[in-house]
Amino acid sequence: MTTAPAAALARHPHDDLLRTERIPHIWCSGCGIGIVFGSLMAAITKSGLPRQDVAVVSGIGCTGRMAGYIRLDSFHTTHGRAIPFATGLQLARPQGKVIVASGDGDLLAIGGNHFIHAARRNMDLTIICVNNFNYGMTGGQLAPSTPYGAKTTTTPQGNPDEPFNFCALAAACGASYVARWTALHIRRLTNTILEAIHHRGFSFVEVVAPCPTAFGRRNKIRGALDLLRFYYDRSVVKNHIAPGEATIDFDHHLVVGKFVELDRPTFLDHYQMVNRGQVEAWPATGVDASAAGQRKAG
Amino acid sequence: MAGKAVLTGTHFMNGDEACCEGALAAGCRFFGGYPITPATEVAERMSKRLPQVGGVFIQMEDEIASMAAILGASWGGRKSMTSTSGPGFSLMMENIGLGLCTETPCVICNVQRAGPSTGLPTLVGQGDMMQARWGSHGPYEIIALCPASPQEMFDFTIRAFNLSEQFRLPVLIMADEVVGHMNERVVIPPADQIEVIDRAKPSVSPAEYLPYRPGPDGVAPMANFGDGYFMHVTGLTHDQRGYPTMTPAAQVEMTERIVGKIRNNLDRILDYETLLLDDAQVAVVAYGISARSARGAVLAAREAGLKAGLVKLNVAWPFPEQFIRELSHQVKCMIMPEINLGQMVLELERLAQGRCAVRLVAHPGGTIISPRRIVEAIGQALKERP
Amino acid sequence: MKYWRQPLDREEIKVVRGRVEVIKDRCKGCGFCIAYCSRGLLVMSRKFNRKGYHYPEAAQPELCVNCHFCEVICPEFAIFSSEADAAGNQPPVGE
Repeated sequence: MTTAPAAALARHPHDDLLRTERIPHIWCSGCGIGIVFGSLMAAITKSGLPRQDVAVVSGIGCTGRMAGYIRLDSFHTTHGRAIPFATGLQLARPQGKVIVASGDGDLLAIGGNHFIHAARRNMDLTIICVNNFNYGMTGGQLAPSTPYGAKTTTTPQGNPDEPFNFCALAAACGASYVARWTALHIRRLTNTILEAIHHRGFSFVEVVAPCPTAFGRRNKIRGALDLLRFYYDRSVVKNHIAPGEATIDFDHHLVVGKFVELDRPTFLDHYQMVNRGQVEAWPATGVDASAAGQRKAG
Repeated sequence: MAGKAVLTGTHFMNGDEACCEGALAAGCRFFGGYPITPATEVAERMSKRLPQVGGVFIQMEDEIASMAAILGASWGGRKSMTSTSGPGFSLMMENIGLGLCTETPCVICNVQRAGPSTGLPTLVGQGDMMQARWGSHGPYEIIALCPASPQEMFDFTIRAFNLSEQFRLPVLIMADEVVGHMNERVVIPPADQIEVIDRAKPSVSPAEYLPYRPGPDGVAPMANFGDGYFMHVTGLTHDQRGYPTMTPAAQVEMTERIVGKIRNNLDRILDYETLLLDDAQVAVVAYGISARSARGAVLAAREAGLKAGLVKLNVAWPFPEQFIRELSHQVKCMIMPEINLGQMVLELERLAQGRCAVRLVAHPGGTIISPRRIVEAIGQALKERP
Repeated sequence: MKYWRQPLDREEIKVVRGRVEVIKDRCKGCGFCIAYCSRGLLVMSRKFNRKGYHYPEAAQPELCVNCHFCEVICPEFAIFSSEADAAGNQPPVGE
């Protein structure tokens, strides 16, 4: 092609982290995943980590395709199993940074059990959850995040389920870093992902993102721009609020911000301490087990 | 808390423990598992032994997670394994498929108990043999080894790791409750007398590296996370670059590769032993604990003047098709004793194609097959008209 | 811009001049960059790209201040800005 020299000039700043031969990607026009993906790449670049020390693991679904577009060691696993796969990867090579990027259905419906246990163990993983309130890849079905009353192809009369509050769930399970933004809080999102990458332990970043094709369309918010604004306009920043109060309430407040940041030993820290004999036996010394039973029952 | 990975010496241990020691001797340094009778002892010993040799043990939240974790650990550069039994094996099926599709070396030890469902958790079964072959969806080939003693649990576990590293796939150890729980003498040789094979690493630069370009034996060299090769690994049908490619042509190329690396290397994989087969008119073909029943039966039959011989399948998958086909020309009858209601016997029937009779000596589980029943079947087979 | 008084360093502060670039064939026409360009310099093209989408064009390229917002909001990695000299030319690049 004669236009090759001009094309060579137009090199996007993310191009060296992108598998450019696979771009354009499969995400629909106006999908928020691309914005989050851009933020993730910006954060990885800013982190200064050597490229070979960062891996991205995805499950199945639209967001699950992120792993396929990033020029890093990247793993596109089975539906819901990104976190346990990443757990093995991280424990086998603890000097590496493992980032899990997947959707709300993948991480918290089919993968919900793995999510809560990895959070409990404070596994040293960064989880980026793109929450678009439905299963986009299969055409817009009910997700564990779908708002009460919202229409999807499997709740054509409206959703009878109560959705999860992912951030509250993560915090309750022991996640040591928890934050939420919408896809339009781009700069803050990038900074948050950067912090999450540098955080030791289970860091969870939820991003509320538009799915105009499958979710917006069925709920009378047809334009991608309208949906992007719909989430952003309802958002209020409340850093360090109790995670249980960090609600996603479309009538009032879609709470965004950083809710949890704790310094807590990771699974591997504990494992090494136990194996070195540095952890006191249970129950703690001084507890007289024979004294049990002296208290009256009832 | 340093300890030796290879416990050279003569031991008295059960099959599950021997499996653990075999794994460590083969270089296993990651175990992700979930307790289940009768495989729990593998995990228990691993939890004690792995920290002694610089490895990591983690008890995952279920068997799905366990299987996913060992795949991840394998890509992290550690030899990894899990152990389970029927119900857990069922849960692992999808991620075994991921391991086959992404060509990930790892080992799964299934200490079989009687099913279906929760079945008889503490009692023996061999009912997962067809599941081992076909349990995950789509076209593939698998390798499954069948130990019949604690010593073989040790030896075959080492071989399972070597095969998984050589051919880049999850390898199954299809043990059973009796083999797992019986205590016997296990001889562990010095470390330098144990053959340990490691995965081939890429010899080209990252720019030239194609993660799924097969080498001469059909197996592609494997880069690990952190080696700087920036590979993409997916369970979608992919091309040699590892990129998802949604075409029938890519499906043909990929599945032919993952199937071909087994089918074209049978001479390096197959393993069976024979006893008194040369002049045998009846061949008892058996695997796992049933091969020990069969051995006793063949010896008893010979004492009674019946011309019986034994084929003990150390590797059940891939099945030794050529050998069984030839055997069906020689003998009058092939007998398969197995602790299920007829699984591997179907392979005998398929390969005999009516050239000889094929008989099943079955038990649905809970006990081993009595040698007496096999002797009776041998006698019966010799009485039948050709 | 009108100030009630002139900032003391007004003469010293230079407004950065940027240059916006569009990788046409990556664009899927969502319009995010056009809606959120802080200087309103982008418009939708009348032409189609190879995939049949309209793409953004810089109607007033001289307004670009290299804020990068089009770059970070674009879900397709199809638009970016870089610093330019006073004439709007990009500094020479390595390749």
